[in-house]
Amino acid sequence: MTTLPVFTQDPVNKAKKRFPYWMVIFGLLLVGLLITLGLWLKQSRQTGFEVGAEIPDFSITTFSGEHYQKSRMDGRVILLNFWSSWCASCEEEGAILEEVWREVKDSDDIIFLGVNYVDTENDAKAFLEKYGITFPNGPDMGSRISRLFKVQAVPETYLVDKDGRLAAVQIGPFQSADEIRAMLELAK
Amino acid sequence: MKRVLLVIWLFFLLIVQTPGYAQTEPPVSDDEVNRLASELYCPVCENVPLEVCPTKACAQWRELIREKLALGWNDEEIKAYFATQYGDQVLAVPPRRGFNWLIYLVPPLTLVAGILIAIRVIRKPKTIPAAQEVSNEGPCRMAAEDFISQIENDLEGVE
Repeated sequence: MTTLPVFTQDPVNKAKKRFPYWMVIFGLLLVGLLITLGLWLKQSRQTGFEVGAEIPDFSITTFSGEHYQKSRMDGRVILLNFWSSWCASCEEEGAILEEVWREVKDSDDIIFLGVNYVDTENDAKAFLEKYGITFPNGPDMGSRISRLFKVQAVPETYLVDKDGRLAAVQIGPFQSADEIRAMLELAK
Repeated sequence: MKRVLLVIWLFFLLIVQTPGYAQTEPPVSDDEVNRLASELYCPVCENVPLEVCPTKACAQWRELIREKLALGWNDEEIKAYFATQYGDQVLAVPPRRGFNWLIYLVPPLTLVAGILIAIRVIRKPKTIPAAQEVSNEGPCRMAAEDFISQIENDLEGVE
């Protein structure tokens, strides 16, 4: 008995499919763009500096026109306080910071810098006057410093040691002057 | 007499005050403030237009817009001021510079590329199945010949 042969499609004669070169380039560009976006998103969601990390250079001009640059303050401990006039918990904290500032201001080793976070100049100045704050304070122009430190809310305080490294972080307000004094000890 | 003097005094006050009111700048309305505020975003809360943001900070910024408008600043000057103070992220329409160009270029380029791919796929002639193309030659033809010769052999056997 004859067995019927099986007729199969010959793979040798299949039309060879090739991706057009422009499609490959477009695909690579798309993948590159997605990777870039992913990295950017990852970076934007990362928290700020770890304790011990070297803080990059930044500068601030105070409301009274004095200019402070981190790279010119090496050898000094910098207490960087982010605040706003619309932040209720910044009010009590401002008074506590001022109390400690008056204790240390004659020392050349320590400087307090207030960074006014997304605020209006008139309200910020009124806040400083109302709470009698005398340590240097200035607006964070373009939110550059707060973006550098990835500030999420105010108040936040960062202590930079004499070597320019992050010594301590306080997220939220200080409850007492002793907390600030204890923090300053960490940078000595 | 007192009444006459009082009337004269009130009349005098009216004359003096009237030009004063006429010279006062018309206050900036909430609509004007909100129109510009809708083109700006709250720098603190993400993705909330300044126009509808309920926070104290945003109320302060709306007042700032009102102050600037009252001073005669135009929309572009106020937006530039906000961008300088708080960064470009407060602008509803990002400025065309640096990485922001990606926002303007990538969507239309992707759309054009998609359309080109679709056109190419639609217009591409469909390939004829390889089995039909080679039905008279090659391995299929050979297999058919083998089959025919086998039938012939079988028929010879029957005869």
